[in-house]
Amino acid sequence: MTALVRSWQAYRAISGAWVRAAMAYRASFVALALGQVLTSGADFIAIVLMFASIDTLGGFGLGEIALLYGLTGLGLGIADLVAGSTEQLGRRVRDGSLDTMLVRPVPALVQVAADQFALRRIGRISQATVVLGWALLHVDIDWNLTRAALLVTTIGSGAVIYLSIYVLGAAFQFVAGDAAEVQNAFTYGGVTLTQYPLTIYPVEVVRAVTFLLPLAFVNWYPALHLLGRDDPLGLPGWVQAASPLAALALAAVAGVAWRGGVRRYRSTGS
Amino acid sequence: MAADEPAIEVVDVHRTFDVRRRAGRLRRTRQVVRAVDGLSFDVARGEMVGLLGPNGAGKSTTVKMLTGILVPTSGALRVVGLDPAAARTRLARRIGVVFGQRSGLWWDLPLRDSFALLRRIYDVPADRHAAALAEFVELLELGELMDIPVRALSLGQRMRGEIAAALLHEPELLYLDEPTIGLDVVSKGRLRDFLRTINVERGTTVVLTTHDLGDVERLCRRVLVVDHGRLVFDGSLDALRRLDGTTRTVVVDLATSSPQVEVAGAVVTRVDGPRQWLSLPSGASAAPVVAQLAAAYDVVDLAIQEPAIEDVVARLYQRG
Ligand SMILES: Nc1ncnc2c1ncn2[C@@H]1O[C@H](COP(=O)(O)OP(=O)(O)O)[C@@H](O)[C@H]1O
Ligand SMILES: [Mg+2]
Repeated sequence: MTALVRSWQAYRAISGAWVRAAMAYRASFVALALGQVLTSGADFIAIVLMFASIDTLGGFGLGEIALLYGLTGLGLGIADLVAGSTEQLGRRVRDGSLDTMLVRPVPALVQVAADQFALRRIGRISQATVVLGWALLHVDIDWNLTRAALLVTTIGSGAVIYLSIYVLGAAFQFVAGDAAEVQNAFTYGGVTLTQYPLTIYPVEVVRAVTFLLPLAFVNWYPALHLLGRDDPLGLPGWVQAASPLAALALAAVAGVAWRGGVRRYRSTGS
Repeated sequence: MAADEPAIEVVDVHRTFDVRRRAGRLRRTRQVVRAVDGLSFDVARGEMVGLLGPNGAGKSTTVKMLTGILVPTSGALRVVGLDPAAARTRLARRIGVVFGQRSGLWWDLPLRDSFALLRRIYDVPADRHAAALAEFVELLELGELMDIPVRALSLGQRMRGEIAAALLHEPELLYLDEPTIGLDVVSKGRLRDFLRTINVERGTTVVLTTHDLGDVERLCRRVLVVDHGRLVFDGSLDALRRLDGTTRTVVVDLATSSPQVEVAGAVVTRVDGPRQWLSLPSGASAAPVVAQLAAAYDVVDLAIQEPAIEDVVARLYQRG
């Protein structure tokens, strides 16, 4: 427990230093955050424009798709804010500068994630939150306590699933020198894929994002329950509430992969 | 842990690296580099030990294994009673590390902010941190540098900052990997004084790697000489000087130029006018030679030269 508290303390201290540094250039910070809102919002605008000529996509209306979009966008946004800096790991492995982090009493992963913390990434979070809010006003959900709890845990689970993908990608960079691209393919690729109802994809894709890399638990299964929809794969009903389990399982795998990566780390010769 | 347990125990440690090199257009060769090749030694608490060796000898690899950064290929390490790789983050609280060629500070932040961050990372109580910081700022003369971003510091200034950063959590054991590399003479001197102070006054165990003999001569009573990943010498500087095959020299100035002197127990190796050099076998006493010279010749001046440590070490590397 104390280890967790200490990690959190260290994370806050390091990220705080980067936030203060960024705030010294307030105007540029605002511009960058707005830029994030626009770039991450562009694909939603594309969806809205598409709905000028169609009424449903894969059997889902605009409001329902906005729900899917908001949930996955928010999950990625939170993970990106917390751990987007792990993209830098490949460089640290190549030039050996991970050494100094490994001799400090806080997990190196925490330090890598907090280093160069970029608050401007709340741009994506705000944009996804707005879309999610709009969706909740426009879809028909028979609200009760269970469904409200499902919505909240889904956001948390989505963040953990994306965080785990960041960590998996970082672990992979111990093996492949520069694999930041691979990491991006799974995070940004995953968010693009899950912005749409999975009914538009071949069933193999749906199976892959259910059993292999559980991206469907970021939004799809819980959304089916919220919207009272049938599951095209016909999986048992509890699957729609299983996002936290999927998130924990993936986090465990990511943790093991990270440890394996650190053990393989070889620094550099002088 | 028991007080008499050594600070460091290294038993038959090996570390290899697979290196893939491009050979020709498509072919790649795989080569195994034996960076550390069967190293064993102990360091007692409170010792100040120099790890000396040429470039590529395996010094940095050894330090990285002693901090837990690198996992040994085989063999056993214990540092303050812990297995470094397995208990790396726990060990981190008890050791300080300075890498001469890396920075443990935040490049864009003023020194003061780096120190504040380290306090949070090491979770040091504010009053202890303040006291330690005050002491190091004074000893290392950091006062005027505290508000300067690390990137704007000179190498010598930065190195003083690095050392303060490594000590602010008051570790029992301090590793320094080539701390004086690139420093000017004044900075080197200051740094050596400081290291001696913390070793003596705080009882901090210090392990220092260097290929600069000056560091070892000024600081370390005990020196470990490493070459090709193996220990080729472990002992005091004096013992290093008296190694087999190394000799002391008696330099004698006679009143006039004369033919080679003849003395039992020494051989003349060089003559230059009235000055002659006599070589003594290792371990032999110089007194009888000096006495014979004084009795039989008209001696103006006389000096005994210890073997230059550089020469001794160079011979060690050749043998190793
Ligand atoms: N990460 C690494 N990858 C490949 N070879 C390495 C690595 N680290 C060290 N070596 C090799 O191991 C040997 C010892 O290196 P090192 O411990 O850095 O020596 P020193 O610090 O004594 O100069 C050298 O041949 C070096 O090239
Ligand atoms: Mg080295």
